[in-house]
Amino acid sequence: MSERSPVITARALTKRYGKTRVVDAIDFTVERGEIFGLLGPNGAGKTTTILMMLGLTEVSGGDVQVLGHNPAREPLAVKRRVGYLPDMVGFYDHLTARENLAYTARLMGIPAGERQTRVAESLARVRLADVAERNVSTFSRGMRQRLGLAEILMKKAEIAILDEPTSGLDPQSTVEFLDMIRSLKAEGVTVLLSSHLLDQVQRICDRVALFQSGRIVLLGTVPDLARQVLGGGFVVEVEAVPAPKTELESRLRAVPGVTAVERVGEDRYRLTADRDVRPEAARAVVAADGALHRLSVEEPSLEAIYTRFFQNQAPERQGVRDAA
Amino acid sequence: MRREGSPWQGLGTVVLKELADHMSSARMLVLELLIILTAGASVYTAIANLKETTAEDPFLLLKLFTVDRAPLPSFVAILGFLIPLMAIGLGFDAINGEHNRRTMSRILAQPIYRDALLAGKFLAGLATLAINLLCLWLLVVGFGVLLLGVPPGGEEIARSLTFLAMTLAYAGVWLAMAMLLSIVFRSPATAALVALGIWLFLTVLWPMLSPAVAELIAPPDIRSQLLGIPSLPTLEWRQALERLSPNTLYAEVVLAILSPSTRALGPVFLSQLQGAVVGAPLPLGESLMLAWPQAVGLIAGTIVLFVAGYVVFQRQEVRA
Repeated sequence: MSERSPVITARALTKRYGKTRVVDAIDFTVERGEIFGLLGPNGAGKTTTILMMLGLTEVSGGDVQVLGHNPAREPLAVKRRVGYLPDMVGFYDHLTARENLAYTARLMGIPAGERQTRVAESLARVRLADVAERNVSTFSRGMRQRLGLAEILMKKAEIAILDEPTSGLDPQSTVEFLDMIRSLKAEGVTVLLSSHLLDQVQRICDRVALFQSGRIVLLGTVPDLARQVLGGGFVVEVEAVPAPKTELESRLRAVPGVTAVERVGEDRYRLTADRDVRPEAARAVVAADGALHRLSVEEPSLEAIYTRFFQNQAPERQGVRDAA
Repeated sequence: MRREGSPWQGLGTVVLKELADHMSSARMLVLELLIILTAGASVYTAIANLKETTAEDPFLLLKLFTVDRAPLPSFVAILGFLIPLMAIGLGFDAINGEHNRRTMSRILAQPIYRDALLAGKFLAGLATLAINLLCLWLLVVGFGVLLLGVPPGGEEIARSLTFLAMTLAYAGVWLAMAMLLSIVFRSPATAALVALGIWLFLTVLWPMLSPAVAELIAPPDIRSQLLGIPSLPTLEWRQALERLSPNTLYAEVVLAILSPSTRALGPVFLSQLQGAVVGAPLPLGESLMLAWPQAVGLIAGTIVLFVAGYVVFQRQEVRA
């Protein structure tokens, strides 16, 4: 990342409905050109945060700046430069894909001369060119999702906000769609996406913010979060048959960096370490005359971070609720 | 604090798109056929009637609109009944339809204000109604010229065009009402049912209820009880109550505009008739003066209902 400048800044951003705080004083910044993930269970405040960034719902407290504008006061300036793909996006079923895009192109204020070419280009980029003249009512969920992405491409948006872009897609469409999101990033578009599907987000996000009942409880890159939450961070699995009458477990435990060794099978050991200790572990096995069958490292998964975090939090959260 | 940019940005786009939708929708086709068939039949019998009775009337064209022969009601009566249906058909799913199709947040994420979407939908509905009414008017006038063989005079054209504009204002009330309901209710079916309920209540039940309510508010005195006619306060209350319904306002406007001999829309005293030539037509300006309060009522009703819808829509959450 060459230049680091925030394109979205939220400070103590709050949304209340009556007494309930749907979004509770969250702070975050999104840098230009990164893919930023908003994660969390349904109802944690992700969509509300997105709508506040677009000026589509009022802010109850705090402040959010998008590309230097306040979306509540200058919504048109924000919406001209930000593309939004809503959760379960809908189109006018009785119109064709091209007509649907032509309508939004006019709303975007794209000059008449450019409209046709930009619609055609964006449809081609999401591979919908050959169904451009078909009614959207015949489209599958994945095709609608791609049509929504075509709209953002057509807009030449600087920020693309995607709300649950892959939920309800089959695995192949998901992979395709994630590729398209990556190509957005390659063009320098900042992508902000919300999801409850953790492994997908992990695959493409540079940084993530973990939402829980209206608050951001964790924020950072996935490896950072792993160190923060999982402690050791790296889990290395060793499958090796030791030479007769040698003890492998204690030798593995002696490898520098390893914090714990667990025997999970006949000849399988799981090492928890603060870094990738595969070379040292291999050396240890060989030094003990053992036969090394398999050596693998588990990437710290968001899923594990997430589960572990909420396990750790459970008693604490109880306390917070009682205090409130 | 002022908003940046114009609230009308994108208005034209929305109007054109909605107009195209309305014009090509099966729903509109059915409503148009319904109106053309019933109105055609009524005009045809009116012409048959006019041919028999009189060729001396100075306002023959206007008679086309107002003459009826059992069992068919007159052309204006049919319009008064069916125009609300058409307006409700155009408006009942204007906003909740966008929510249900999940197009609302996508459209509002474009650089336009909500104003443009709502006003655009309303104007497109009004334009659709105007186009339909104009076609209907041309058909009736053409039909009349062909079959009666009398060219219409300038005042007749002016009066019938005024009638057309007033019909549009009347349609506007129902369109604004239907759109308000489409904003308040998330289900188009509920909005349509409530709109039809209000329509039936105001056209069928309210004219029957208002005399009874008027007698409750202003009980008849002994003299009127003996004579068997309602007293003046009762009569005035009754009329005031009836005028709450746009149908009554529309009927009164039509009466004043299309029957030039109409001199008053309320109770008339003998003293007021002194020196009047009963049955002589009023000039157009006087007829307009007579219908003006009712016309203002219709236009104001449209604006009030639209503003109510606007306020609710601005405060509504985008997500379904």
